Amino acid sequence: MSRLAPEGAAVASVAESGVIPASRRRRFSRRRLGQATAPYVLLTPAAAVIGVVLAYPLYLLVKMSFQKYGLFELIRHQGRWVGTANYASIFHDSEFWRVVLRTLVFTTVCVSLTMVLGTAIALLLLQVSRWVRIALTTGLVLVWAVPVIVAVNIWRFMVDYQFGVANWTLSKLHIGNFVRHDWFANPWSGFAVFTGLIVWGAIPFITITVYAALAQVPRELLEAAAIDGARPWAIFREVTLPLLKPIFVILTSLSIIWDFQVFQQIWVMLDSRPSSDYYTMAIYAFHQSFQISEYGLGAAIAVVMVIFMFAATLFYLRQMLRTGEVH
Amino acid sequence: MSSVTQIAPTPVAPAATRPRARKRLRKAGWNVLGLLVLAVMIFPVFWMISTAFKPGRDILSYTPQWIPLHPVLSNFTDAIHQQFFWNAVKNSVIVTSVVVVLSLVLAFLAALALAKFSFYGRKPFIVVILGVQMVPLAALIIPLYIMMSRVHQVDKLSGVIVMYLTFVLPFAVWTLRGFLLGVPKELEESAMVDGATRFGAFVRILLPLLGPGLVATAIFAFIQAWNEFIIAYVFLHTPEKQTLMVWLASFTTLRGTDWGPLMAGATLCSLPVIIFFVLVQRKIAFGLTAGAVKG
Repeated sequence: MSRLAPEGAAVASVAESGVIPASRRRRFSRRRLGQATAPYVLLTPAAAVIGVVLAYPLYLLVKMSFQKYGLFELIRHQGRWVGTANYASIFHDSEFWRVVLRTLVFTTVCVSLTMVLGTAIALLLLQVSRWVRIALTTGLVLVWAVPVIVAVNIWRFMVDYQFGVANWTLSKLHIGNFVRHDWFANPWSGFAVFTGLIVWGAIPFITITVYAALAQVPRELLEAAAIDGARPWAIFREVTLPLLKPIFVILTSLSIIWDFQVFQQIWVMLDSRPSSDYYTMAIYAFHQSFQISEYGLGAAIAVVMVIFMFAATLFYLRQMLRTGEVH
Repeated sequence: MSSVTQIAPTPVAPAATRPRARKRLRKAGWNVLGLLVLAVMIFPVFWMISTAFKPGRDILSYTPQWIPLHPVLSNFTDAIHQQFFWNAVKNSVIVTSVVVVLSLVLAFLAALALAKFSFYGRKPFIVVILGVQMVPLAALIIPLYIMMSRVHQVDKLSGVIVMYLTFVLPFAVWTLRGFLLGVPKELEESAMVDGATRFGAFVRILLPLLGPGLVATAIFAFIQAWNEFIIAYVFLHTPEKQTLMVWLASFTTLRGTDWGPLMAGATLCSLPVIIFFVLVQRKIAFGLTAGAVKG
C-alpha cells in the first residue's frame, strides 16, 4: 500500500495477518501485565504490616467500645455486646469530663508555649553571630536526641524535694521558700513541671524546622519590604508569616497530636501510680483497661480520643497533601 | 563650625561610626540572649552528665555542686552491674537492628511503587500512610494488647518488633519516596540505553543516589525503636525480656532512688541516640520543610 505507513501500523497489520509467532505475542502481554501488577506486589508487604497492626486494631478498638470486655472476656477471647452502655457510662462520669478538660487545657498550654518559644528561638538564630548560632543549634540537637524516659529521670532529679536543684535555685533567688518543696503535692505545680518538661523537649524540633524554613524565605522579599520602610515586626507579620503558614500548620497539628496523648512523662515521673488528679485521657484509658480490667470502658475513652485527634489530623493531612507534591 | 556642634544633640562620636557601633551593640545583645537560651536548654543534659560523675556525698548535698570536683566512675559500674542491664542491652540491640533492617526493605519496596509507578489506588494509599501516623498510640494499645494476646505474642520480642515496624513504616515510606522522586528519570534511562539491565541500573545508579535517604530512614527507625517505652512497658512483662528504656524507668523501684547510678544509666542509654542524632538531624529537618515554602 503506502510506503509512508508508520511502523506501528505495519506491525499491527502483520500481527493481524498472524505472521508474528504466538510466543512473542504472549511475551508482550505478559510484560504489560507485569507493569500493571508490579506496584501492587511492591506495596503488599508494607500494606500488610500496616493493615494487621494498625487497621485491624483500630476496628477492634471501635468494636470493643461497644462490648463488655473484662478479665473473664479476656480469657475467653470474646467480648459481650452491650451497645452504647460504655459510652453512656463514661459520659455520665464527672471524672471523665474533668479528665477531658484537663487534657484540653494542658494540650493548649503546651502547644502554645512550644510554638511561640520555638519560633522565637528560630528568629533569634537569625540575629546572632555565626559561632553563637552553631553553639545553639548543637545544643538544641543534643536536647532533641535525649530519649523521653531519660529526660523524665533528669527532670525528676531536678525537682526532687530534697536534693533537687530547682528548689535550691528558687530559694536562692528569693522567689519563695522552696526548701523541701514537693512539686507534685499540688497538681497545678505538678503540671507546671510536666509543661516545662514537654515544652523543653519539643522546642528543638520546632526551632530547627522553623529555622530551616526561614532560611528558604527569599531574601529579596524581606529587603524589598525593608526598603519600603516596613518595621521588623511588620515584615515578620506580613511577609514571613504567610510564607511559613504551611509549616506552622504542620508543626502545630503534630504538636497537638503529640501533647494530647501525653502518657509516659506523667506515668514514669509519678512512679507508675499517678493519683487521679494527674489523669490525662491516655492515662485514664490505660487505668480503666490495664489496672481495673475494664477494657471496654478504656476502649470507649480511646475512641473519644481518636475523634478529638481527628480534627487536628485533618488540618495536617490537607497541608501535607498540598505541599507534599502529591498528584 | 562651632554652631554645627552646638546643634548636634550628642556630639560624642563622629556621625558615620555611630550607627555601626549601635549595630554592634545590638548584635552583642542578641548573642548574650542566645547564650542564655543555650544555657537554659542545655542545663538538664549537663546536669545528668555532671551528676553521673559525682560521688554520692556530692550528689546528696543541699548546696548543689555544679561541676564534679572529685570525679568518679563508680556510678557507671553500679549502673552496669544493676540487675538485668545486659539483658536489656541485648534486647534493645536485637529489637532495634531487626526493626531497622526490615523497615528499610519494606519501606523501600513501597516507596518504589509510589514514586515510580502510577496505578489505581496510589493516592488513597498515600493518604493512609500520612493518616496512620496520626493515630494515637495510647489509644491503640488496648486493642493491640487483646490482639497480641490472642496470637500469643505478649511478652515476646517478635510481637514488639512487628508493632515498632508499623509505627516506623509510614514515615520511612514517605521519606524514601521523596528521595526517589528526586532522582531524575533520565539517569536511569540513559544507563539502560547504555546496555545496563533494569537491575543493573538500579544497583549502579539509583542505590548510590539514595544513600543519604536510606541512612536517614535507618537512623529514624533506630531512634524510634531505641527510645520507645509504652509498647515495651505494656507488652514485655518478664524482667529478662525488657528493653533499656523499661529497665531505666524501673531503675528506682529496685533499690530506692539512687541518683548517681540512675544518671549514669541514663547517660549510657542516651549515648547511641545522641551520636546518631547529630549525624542525621539536618536531613530530617530539611526533609520536612523541602518544598514547604514557595517564594
